[in-house]
Amino acid sequence: MSIKIVAKTGNEAMAEAMRQINPDVVAAYPITPATEIVQLFSNYVSDGKVDTEFIAVESEHSAMSACVGAATTGARVMTSTSSQGIALMHEILYIASGLRLPIMICGVNRALSAPISIHCDHSDTMGSRDAGWIQILSEDAQEAYDLTIFAMKAAEKVLLPAMVTSDGFIISHAMSRLDMYEDKKVQDYLGEKKPAYTSLDVDNPITIGPLVVQDYFMEIKRGQIQAIIDAKKQLPILLEEFNKTMNKNYKVIEEYNMEDAEYAIVALGSTAGTAKYITDKLRQEGKKVGVVKPLVFRPFYGEDLVKMLENLKGIAILDRSDPQSAMGGPLFTEITSAFYGHEKQPAARNYIYGLGGRDISYDDIKDIFKDIAEYFEKGKKEEAVKYITIRE
Amino acid sequence: MPTIKELTRTGDLFTSGHRACAGCGGTIILRLLMANAGKNTVVGAATGCMEVVSTIYPYTSWDVNFVHNAFENSAATVSGIETAYRALKKKGKIKKDIKFIAYGGDGGTFDIGLQSLSGAVERGHNMLYLCYNNGAYMNTGIQRSSATPFGAHTTTSPAGSKIKGKMQQRKDLTEIMIAHDMKYVAQATPHNWSDLSNKINKALALNGPAFINVLSPCPLGWGSDPAQSIQIAKLAVETLYWPVYEYENGKYKINIKPKKPKDIEEFLFVQNRFKHLKNEKELIDKIRKHLNEKWNELLNKEKCTN
Amino acid sequence: MSKKTWKEIDIASIINKPGSAKDFKTGDWRSQKPVWNEDKCKQCLICWVYCPDSAITVKDEKMTGINFDYCKGCGICAVECPFKAITMVEEKK
Repeated sequence: MSIKIVAKTGNEAMAEAMRQINPDVVAAYPITPATEIVQLFSNYVSDGKVDTEFIAVESEHSAMSACVGAATTGARVMTSTSSQGIALMHEILYIASGLRLPIMICGVNRALSAPISIHCDHSDTMGSRDAGWIQILSEDAQEAYDLTIFAMKAAEKVLLPAMVTSDGFIISHAMSRLDMYEDKKVQDYLGEKKPAYTSLDVDNPITIGPLVVQDYFMEIKRGQIQAIIDAKKQLPILLEEFNKTMNKNYKVIEEYNMEDAEYAIVALGSTAGTAKYITDKLRQEGKKVGVVKPLVFRPFYGEDLVKMLENLKGIAILDRSDPQSAMGGPLFTEITSAFYGHEKQPAARNYIYGLGGRDISYDDIKDIFKDIAEYFEKGKKEEAVKYITIRE
Repeated sequence: MPTIKELTRTGDLFTSGHRACAGCGGTIILRLLMANAGKNTVVGAATGCMEVVSTIYPYTSWDVNFVHNAFENSAATVSGIETAYRALKKKGKIKKDIKFIAYGGDGGTFDIGLQSLSGAVERGHNMLYLCYNNGAYMNTGIQRSSATPFGAHTTTSPAGSKIKGKMQQRKDLTEIMIAHDMKYVAQATPHNWSDLSNKINKALALNGPAFINVLSPCPLGWGSDPAQSIQIAKLAVETLYWPVYEYENGKYKINIKPKKPKDIEEFLFVQNRFKHLKNEKELIDKIRKHLNEKWNELLNKEKCTN
Repeated sequence: MSKKTWKEIDIASIINKPGSAKDFKTGDWRSQKPVWNEDKCKQCLICWVYCPDSAITVKDEKMTGINFDYCKGCGICAVECPFKAITMVEEKK
């Protein structure tokens, strides 16, 4: 397989993936830090590098609305957005999944207002974690590229929408090496889309989006929930297929330095990469530390995480968003609830970090490992949720 | 212009068994819309009466492809469908010629859906947007919208001892759409079915967006006799409450010019939503004056553009 | 008719039977009933245009009657008929 090695930012990598996917329709609206994706893609359209019809809509709400409309025809449909844009789409995200439309968002994670910030945290996509979408968070530009291609196929296979995101500025605007596949390789991998239905067969008309009252609503919702339960089984298989085709080694949950680990950091996105690097350093000092990175956040692989983490002394769970007045960040509450009733209960502490793009440094990661070890040794006496990278 | 006999040949693409109120003007409009549009049509709807009554699962009144997304986005949704159609047609995956219609009530069009409509029109999608305008949020129980006329009682502009219903004039959406430099914009009523049919056909023949604002009598919301729905639509035109006109390629044309307009009271007081104005001479004068000004404005526009 | 279980339901609440609302009869809403006098009828079909419920039956471009499965008794047809060929009477239950 021929690979082209280039230098690209996360946004450029995602735009390239979109170009290679060559969707039928893209409806999108600019928003920092995802704007570049839309701009680059517009250039592809203007230069005839894609066959896509591009709709430059007047809001993210209309972007997702137009995507839903377009997807009802059976067309392959994508968009790109971030932060307030995801929030404005929120209403229609549920409709996209409820109508089982495999729309794809190439997202860039950015804090939600107020205060307004253009920088990274995960409050935007975490705010839509119950919307019935597949959610994948990428660690670097390579993952943003690979997983965009993967998620488009996976979404169409399981008939659910998917969002792949990269950390705003940290990945979206940072240049790094990117291994690109040939266009044809991507097209062959994706194949023809087989939609569940179409709104354009005038000889067999259908009604999409009817009013459903008490007699059927729960049955229909249950059917939709089954789709994401099935997706949970399907995604590892589909990822294996991707790995085989593209010569990669992705897992829905990645384990790094975990063989004999006593302590681990669980983190999403770019922070997992920083943590991996630190565990390499700490391993040289003889410390038994590792990293677990959920690549896929929705569906949530709770059982797998329990298996990976059950024999540890302590788990440091990092959240780049705070649901405010819950029992911790989304990753923490999900993992601790997966551990509920389990015979082994390693110490687990939640570290809320990096809101609004606050940097997390190598030293911060080292401190976390130090802290979780103390937390375990002292018998979990302090509060479980801790704010770091903040002036106290 | 199609005759009634010709229209009956289309068959019912919007069928019986819907749950609209007796005497509903909206369903008369949709029946006419579909009789003119024909089978090769995709219809997108905003949430509202006409969506709810026609698609209660597992029943549907639609014998064409029908897509309901949400309340404020029928124009954006249909713009997506229409765009996908062009994409798929270009690739040879769709062979037939298909027409696209988006519709919504006045709440979904004048208020919450205005941005979506404006955006879709500016982008030039090939679609007819039809607003069935009953002048309030009827589906949720008669709340004021920006299309609610001055003085009307609604449940959020109730006629009380101090405030006599809605104290603002309605928004002139038809003129707002004309300001989008659209090729075709029109106002109509179901009473003049032939005029409405003509307008639907003109709109659908266009390559680009068209907008029709259709007055939709609502016995429940207007407090009127269901049997009189069509007569009230007629009175709306005769009293200058609802001018029937069109704007085509830069020219205004008033399709119906009442020789001797009837007084507005004849329209107002066949509806309970205005009954509290019976002895409010000043308020009625205000309505009368506003309607006359708008009518004269329209006559001038017609004169200036022809 | 027994209702489908969640496993039997079509994907995403799609309704695959166009015009299935015809299976839902609205005739029992009626308190007034239109009576058609065929002798007075001039077949102008204006009642067909204005019937909100598509309850005026037409065959080969001629009115053939009123479908009481759907007629809600609104009375528009009786008001609009130019030839007074339709009158409203109390519905006997």
